[in-house]
Amino acid sequence: MYPILVLSVTGLVTLFLGFLKTKKILLPASLLFVAVAFLSNLIDWNKPGLYFYDMLEASNLSILFTSIILLSAFLIIALSKGFIDDEHAQPAEYFAILQFSLVGAIMMTNFQNLIMLFIGVEILSVSMYILTGSDKRNIRGNEAALKYFLMGAFATGIMLFGIAMLYGANYTFNISDARTLLLQPITDVRPVFLYVGVTFLLIGLLFKVSAAPFHFWTPDVYEGAPTIFTTFMSTIVKTAGFAAIYRILEVSFSPMYNFWWVMIIVMAILSLLISNITAVAQSSFKRMLAFSSISHAGYMLLAIVGLGNKTGSSIVFYSLAYSLATISAFGVLIIASQEKLVDGRPDENISVLNGLAKKNPFLAAVLTVSMLSLAGIPLTAGFWGKFYVFADAASRGHIWLLVVAILMSAVGIYYYFKPIIAAYMKEGEGENIQLSSLYKIILGLTTLGSIILGLFPDLVRELL
Amino acid sequence: MLALTLILIPLIGSLLLLLLKGSNIGTSKNVAIVTSLATFVIAIYAFATFNAQSPIEVKYSWMKDLNINFHLSIDGISLLMVTLTAFLVPLIILSTYKHSYKNHASFYALILFAETALMGVFMARDIFLFYFFFEAALIPVYFIAAIWGGKDAPRITFKMFVYTIFGSLFMLVALVYLYIKGATADIQQLYTTAKMISPTNQGLLFWAFFIAFAIKMPVLPFHTWQPDAYSESPTPATMLLSGLLSKMGVYGLIRIMLPLAPIGVANWGLIGMILSVAGLIYGSIIAIQQNNIKRLIAYSSFAHMGLMAAGVLSGTLNGIQGALLQMVAHGINAVGLFFIVKIIYDRTNTRDLSALGGITQKTPALSIYFMIIMLGSVALPLTNGFVGEFLLLKSVYDKNAWIGAIAGLTIILGAVYMLRLMQRSMFGESNEVTAKFKDVSGSEIAVLFPIAAMVLLMGFFPNIFLKITEPAVNSILQMIK
Repeated sequence: MYPILVLSVTGLVTLFLGFLKTKKILLPASLLFVAVAFLSNLIDWNKPGLYFYDMLEASNLSILFTSIILLSAFLIIALSKGFIDDEHAQPAEYFAILQFSLVGAIMMTNFQNLIMLFIGVEILSVSMYILTGSDKRNIRGNEAALKYFLMGAFATGIMLFGIAMLYGANYTFNISDARTLLLQPITDVRPVFLYVGVTFLLIGLLFKVSAAPFHFWTPDVYEGAPTIFTTFMSTIVKTAGFAAIYRILEVSFSPMYNFWWVMIIVMAILSLLISNITAVAQSSFKRMLAFSSISHAGYMLLAIVGLGNKTGSSIVFYSLAYSLATISAFGVLIIASQEKLVDGRPDENISVLNGLAKKNPFLAAVLTVSMLSLAGIPLTAGFWGKFYVFADAASRGHIWLLVVAILMSAVGIYYYFKPIIAAYMKEGEGENIQLSSLYKIILGLTTLGSIILGLFPDLVRELL
Repeated sequence: MLALTLILIPLIGSLLLLLLKGSNIGTSKNVAIVTSLATFVIAIYAFATFNAQSPIEVKYSWMKDLNINFHLSIDGISLLMVTLTAFLVPLIILSTYKHSYKNHASFYALILFAETALMGVFMARDIFLFYFFFEAALIPVYFIAAIWGGKDAPRITFKMFVYTIFGSLFMLVALVYLYIKGATADIQQLYTTAKMISPTNQGLLFWAFFIAFAIKMPVLPFHTWQPDAYSESPTPATMLLSGLLSKMGVYGLIRIMLPLAPIGVANWGLIGMILSVAGLIYGSIIAIQQNNIKRLIAYSSFAHMGLMAAGVLSGTLNGIQGALLQMVAHGINAVGLFFIVKIIYDRTNTRDLSALGGITQKTPALSIYFMIIMLGSVALPLTNGFVGEFLLLKSVYDKNAWIGAIAGLTIILGAVYMLRLMQRSMFGESNEVTAKFKDVSGSEIAVLFPIAAMVLLMGFFPNIFLKITEPAVNSILQMIK
């Protein structure tokens, strides 16, 4: 629970730090705050319990999800360079909003009450709408923010509607009580709103993790938002969203597995097919990663389909592997694209990576590992992530679903290799790229993390 | 411990090379050769002290909750493949001594890394560990081929990469299925699980495994990536691909497919065999018409792999023993032949058979080595190709006389294309391209001599190798019955 308290306070403090003359303190201060939140998160380890009048629950699983969120946030903030490039920017506010959004994300990992889930989703979403449009003078950014806001607000509305229906059916917002009710034998049929409620609630959450067919906002928003916030969106929002989906289905609705599994399977297949096939045709690296993000939502849904006692740790592992690889990939993109401007915006085509191996071999290696991890090639964390979700789905007997997923992984390899080929085998123009030591450390850590988890997946797996 | 060192030494060498990145090319070459020779020494020690009754085992827990272990073991079959790998990698590194590759440290690091993964594949006794190394072996070779390859290499090697990964993903589905059924990932324990699986599902397992391994070898009709990839890759990558990576496919057939889908093999093996033999004939006929010498050897490789696959699919002692012996023979011969092609290309700047000729007049040493390796490849008695090919043909013939008879054509066709290669390139009148051809020297002899010696040694004493693998092969055959 402590990270929620810590980040709420430090978010306010950060806002006031903005009054200081020097903006340079903001980046280290924010990093420090997130680090403190990360450490405070560990206090509850092995001390499960309910907090705030049964509103939130701390468990080892939720602490792990929170750790992944805070770790990703730390890495992403470190890559932000303090937003001081833009003289009109208000860095203090960005940092403050980032910290507030983390509060929402953390609530989504450990809610015990559906109201808390809704508040968490809203805090996170509203922050993201603002950050998406933070590049004020960029018309694409504005379009993205508006699109995200309209669609997102609609999805949250549907989710709230679902929560209301569930209350009508169960007379409670508490997710454990709802389960007890569902387990009681009844003679009558269950009310229709129960089913509608579950469906609407899932639709709202699946929109946030950009699973097909609720993915239409993703490519435009990812492309329009400043890359640093795209990274934030594709890692933290996804981790929090899947933590919430898993939690609500596992704690509350696992007795209704026979009702919702078909829906989840259809969405998993749609996500995998649509995203992977569309990604092949993308020439923009950022758009390609947007579709890759949809496809990873599809893979993580496989774990949900195979809901069982190992699903939680599968999703934890997958989120971590995916976050590390995504942060590396976007980190490389931020650096490679900053020099080249097209119409006042950084050039984000795959061609911007041409000749990267000559300009900066370290960045090329980081890119390679992250792409291999996203593609799920052995030696990287992404392989075990995929392996675990496949094993989960197979344990429920969905071998045919696996065949689809596997075919789509093969398609995935095709587009994930485009950046690698660009980096190593194409001639690029421009000068060598110099890296600041902070960037080197952060990208080195994410890459090393991907490889270490690829060799010793039990390091994370054993925690649960 | 011994098994672990075989993996760790090349791995450490590879990391060391990456750390020494700034140093000069001589250091890189020396580190690479010393590491690979150290691995070879360990492998020879394992070979000399091998005892079929007490195989070498290493087992660490890797993923506790899933019961997946880092389980290595060396039985006769593994020992043969490990020794082959340890023998060929130093030769491959040595073959690059007269050439200086840019980014040499990464280049040699990738070769050693490939060796690490290959060792892992041949020793793994856990299906997921096997899969892990199986895929991992491809990555370094892909990068060597794509980065140091010819102009068209990025496109062609990418095709190879996607093709082979695509195949292995089918294997992954099959392995996950077996793992869920048997609740274990240990290959030995899964052998008993496999018997409980229904014939229909075994048929699916058979195809999943067969496609994965057939792409790797390759077998018709999954071979379309191979000729281009072999000819566009730099020679060290081609040697790794043809000498060692293709052997992972045959090894997989023996270790994984035969015992894990025995009924599937019984029901569908004949179709696989027909495909293999068709590929054998098809590859040989194309080889006869090839004028590019590197492509010619690529197609001959394709033909040889077809015969090995057919032998394994026969599911008999002769077939598997023949395939194992032939794997070693072909691995050695392929590395030798591709090296000779490289020597010719380096000196004449052409791979066109019609532009060559009359090289023998200037090069007594090269001619002798070429002749010996060529005869091994043609499977002349008393060379290394003979016993393996004989056993393979016998096993195919026993299974189905018609297929056996057609496969027998390989003896004639193989002789035609290899002799044509030898005759057109080495004999005849010399022309301006070949007039100033220098004979082999130094490091080139250091590569060719061990290869030629092995061609003859294996030809005279095939029993050294057959004896080592026989108990292991028998224990796998026990599982099929």
